[in-house]
Amino acid sequence: MNLKIAIYRYNPEVDAKPYMKDYTLEVADGTDMMVLDVLMQLKIQDPTLAFRRSCREGVCGSDGVNMNGKNGLACITPISTFKGKKLEIRPLPGMPVVRDLIVDLTQFYKQYEKIKPYLINDDKTPAREHLQSPEERAHLDGLYECIMCACCSTACPSFWWNPDKFIGPSGLLHAYRFLIDSRDTATEERLSELDDAYSVFRCHGIMNCVDVCPKGLNPTKAIGHIKSMLLKRAV
Amino acid sequence: MVTNAASLGRSGVHDFILLRASAVILTCYTIFLVGFIAASSPLTYDVWHGLFSALPMKVFTLLALVAILVHAWIGIWQVLTDYVKPVALRGVLQFVFVVAALSYLAAGIVIVWGV
Repeated sequence: MNLKIAIYRYNPEVDAKPYMKDYTLEVADGTDMMVLDVLMQLKIQDPTLAFRRSCREGVCGSDGVNMNGKNGLACITPISTFKGKKLEIRPLPGMPVVRDLIVDLTQFYKQYEKIKPYLINDDKTPAREHLQSPEERAHLDGLYECIMCACCSTACPSFWWNPDKFIGPSGLLHAYRFLIDSRDTATEERLSELDDAYSVFRCHGIMNCVDVCPKGLNPTKAIGHIKSMLLKRAV
Repeated sequence: MVTNAASLGRSGVHDFILLRASAVILTCYTIFLVGFIAASSPLTYDVWHGLFSALPMKVFTLLALVAILVHAWIGIWQVLTDYVKPVALRGVLQFVFVVAALSYLAAGIVIVWGV
């Protein structure tokens, strides 16, 4: 079959404005392939096409793109998902485009930086290691798996409108990962940093993040836990 | 941490609590009014006048009007800070909305106390 594809193209050095370019790819009947494979085949046809990719197995989070209106990782999204419909590939929404499917994620990383994504422990350093019970360790499940592909944050309207003030689903998932970690002693400081009208409370729970997360994580739930922690602390 | 002066609450948590508390009051008021209208058939002027003459109903109505003010103030601030980026325009719009909400409250007090 002939797979029809339209790809967002924009090279700021050459193009006055972005445009959609149509491609066709011959795919053997009865076979399936990942969207990243399609992109790589097209790159052979048209070497000017630019996109990011690395591990090609859903671990590195480099190839987050918007496919037919939904964010996801190109490397683990089979073309059969689109049931023979024309495939439209665009960069992750809301972020400045560097070129074609490559976006500038500076704002996304700045928000990640804000939540201090490392363990803070002011206790006396133990002789060997900070121990955790299996129950305490279980709290981190569903949080530590985030690969920071930015699919969730760039699907979130609150992040589109306030990328400089709202931490975003990914950052908040990480924030909760450290808030709930039994070895972390900076819970109070972390909550104080988040206690404003934007950082957490711009989340109105529309769950776009949950819908698009390629790792099946639930940032909305983590944000709900942070809201509860802030609430308990305040009343 | 991002500070803000234009919202009603002192912090995100404060806004969060005010929004939910005012929503509870507004829901109760709506359910009560709809229930009253459904149960009072025929709904005559005397029945309606009698309802709003009672002190608890006057207090409940004023409570609902204050709840609208609180809910609208915070809600409008959230919507405007999302969609209106020029600060001067946002300030003017918020001023207009808050003055309108306060006017509703003032009008409500006069009307309810006139019954």
